[in-house]
Amino acid sequence: MATSKEEFEARLQEFVGLEIGAPEVGADLVNEPMIRHWCEVMEDRNPVYTDPAAAKDSVHGGIVAPPTMLQTWILDGFDMATPEKQPMNKQRELHAVFNEQGYTGVVATNCDQSYDRYLTPGEQVSGTTVIETISEEKATAIGIGYFIETRTTFRNQDGEQVGWMVFRVLKFKPSAQPAAAPAGDDGAPAAPVRLRAPRTHDNGWWWNKIDEGELHIQKCGECGVLRHPPRPMCGECRSIEWTSIISTGKGVINSYVIMHHPPIPGYGFPIACALIDLEEGTRIISNVVGCDLDEVHIGMKVSLSIENVDDEMKLPLFKPAQ
Amino acid sequence: MRYENDLRDRAAIVGIGATEFSKDSGRSELQLALECVSAALEDAGLEHSDVDGMVTFTMDNNPAVEVNRFLGGGHLTFFSRIHYGGGAACATVQQAAMAVATGVADTVVCYRAMNERSLNRFGTGIQDMQPEPTTASAHFGWYAPYGLLTPASWVAMVARRYMVEFGATSEDFGRVTVAARRFAATNPKAYFFDKPITLDDHQRSRFIVEPLRLLDCCMESDGGVAVVVTSLERARNLRCRPVRICAAAQGATNEQQMMTGFYADDITGLPEMGLVAKQLYATAGIGPEDVQAAIIYDHFTPFVLAQLEEFGFCGRGEAKDFVKDGHIDSGGSLPINPHGGQLGEAYIHGMNGIAEAVRQLRGKAVNQVDGAEHMVVTAGTGVPTSALLLGADG
Ligand SMILES: [Zn+2]
Repeated sequence: MATSKEEFEARLQEFVGLEIGAPEVGADLVNEPMIRHWCEVMEDRNPVYTDPAAAKDSVHGGIVAPPTMLQTWILDGFDMATPEKQPMNKQRELHAVFNEQGYTGVVATNCDQSYDRYLTPGEQVSGTTVIETISEEKATAIGIGYFIETRTTFRNQDGEQVGWMVFRVLKFKPSAQPAAAPAGDDGAPAAPVRLRAPRTHDNGWWWNKIDEGELHIQKCGECGVLRHPPRPMCGECRSIEWTSIISTGKGVINSYVIMHHPPIPGYGFPIACALIDLEEGTRIISNVVGCDLDEVHIGMKVSLSIENVDDEMKLPLFKPAQ
Repeated sequence: MRYENDLRDRAAIVGIGATEFSKDSGRSELQLALECVSAALEDAGLEHSDVDGMVTFTMDNNPAVEVNRFLGGGHLTFFSRIHYGGGAACATVQQAAMAVATGVADTVVCYRAMNERSLNRFGTGIQDMQPEPTTASAHFGWYAPYGLLTPASWVAMVARRYMVEFGATSEDFGRVTVAARRFAATNPKAYFFDKPITLDDHQRSRFIVEPLRLLDCCMESDGGVAVVVTSLERARNLRCRPVRICAAAQGATNEQQMMTGFYADDITGLPEMGLVAKQLYATAGIGPEDVQAAIIYDHFTPFVLAQLEEFGFCGRGEAKDFVKDGHIDSGGSLPINPHGGQLGEAYIHGMNGIAEAVRQLRGKAVNQVDGAEHMVVTAGTGVPTSALLLGADG
């Protein structure tokens, strides 16, 4: 979809000044168990937060909540981890506008908070959030993008303001993964690449042929049986003589998996790995590329495509057969 | 090929010991080893000076001589290590039994102690594969460049084919975990004590490697387990009711690989486990119908189904129905992993399963199976493996 930069930025500015939605109301009143848990995790041992006797003797006259808990009182809980469970609001609409244009990355950069007073158990906190500013386009180390600043005003159940927060995120286009290279003169770290296959006396020739753009299958020099992966001796006749043939690269998927987790750097999971029965009768493990992951299936006909996966490594990959 | 061997009833397990099972033991693997070995000796009513043999896994980081030295032990006449990850578990007891049967040693301790969760997670696979061109690294070189890097991925490749061949579903795998977690829920030593799950929980858990979900994979654990083996004759004069080693076996087949046996004609079975099963039944002189309960190695659920088939507890491709019909549950015809297994109790590379079989055959397990006289115990699958057929004594 062709959208000019002017049109895009004009669309962004329409969001400035808008409240993102109805006030977010805390699921729980300010309460001592949550205060205690928070203090334990933060290792904050100030007794006015957890010790009723000490708190009673303090200037507060009773237990109060740590001011820095302010935002926690209105957070969503576990639903935060499930974007589809989140209702649409202006902030998410704004992010969707960015995503459409390729600004899919998001990173929090700053958070300023101000507290009007301590909160006490029994108060109900709500927060109203306004999209305050959207910057002009910035070039950053992680990609070009725009800073979005939101201001949340926190109130108690009587509408009394108890604090505010300004939160700044960068919505950015992730830089294209640079080609594999050692750290350059600028000291930037090398991008992660796929693991290499160690080359031994037994298999090095096979990988060298891949480098030359050919998929070979080892063939016994005595009885002629084909075998993969390569090995030094024929299991049929014990001959150590061998040659090889060039595979047609035509095959059928015997089984496959979709790799999700753990997300190993350099591979771009999720990807499909398949066990492929080659026309010649040997099997090979590879990736299936050039189609959606949900199109991959057992019995699918595939054909070879030897491709560079980074600056240094070629791999025999497979695509849906034409 | 001859399947029967001479190990029947030559040796017995006379002591078991374990640390707690956790995600972060907070102490060294060496200390875990010393704690579990000394607990097993105490259980057996033996002194550390009685120990003259030690067996562990190649993957264990605690050398036998160090464990022996720090226990204040005496002379060792037998020490051995077994390769192939969790496939070593039951083979430690097999080697102990062989040493005892031949008089090479009198009292052998088998142990496995690891900070597998807090120090060295196996689930991350071979990301740290060394670039040196050895036979082992070149082997993984056929998979690593494509991202097929983790144990879950190697099992998933076989599982997908199994699903298509036999009409098994993700729910069929999930029922294995549900059963394990139900047992773990009533085992206070289990990491997932009091935390049963539903099939729905399984179905909602995220994919690790499709078709495997998070809840198809066992947990990762810190902990140690040890067992003590001596002759059956001597066992009968010790503190606890002995558990007879009716048979013990290892197995590796012609197309065997380390987790990546992708080149056999049929990849859906576990032929190495079938080979082990044949040896156990032939040596013990009994069949699957004489086994009342089993410890089935459960690092990944699909291989539990395949093992039930290889041991003849059900027919080929029928394990999904066997599980669905409740045979593996409490009160079923073959309760499996009554401690909760590695899906529910802890992942100590199969050794905690051996300890559970001993408790069952002593009649002192927390989820006791009524009338348990004979039990099969298996070790890691998809790798060269091992298993035991254990029996109650007297
Ligand atoms: Zn030949």
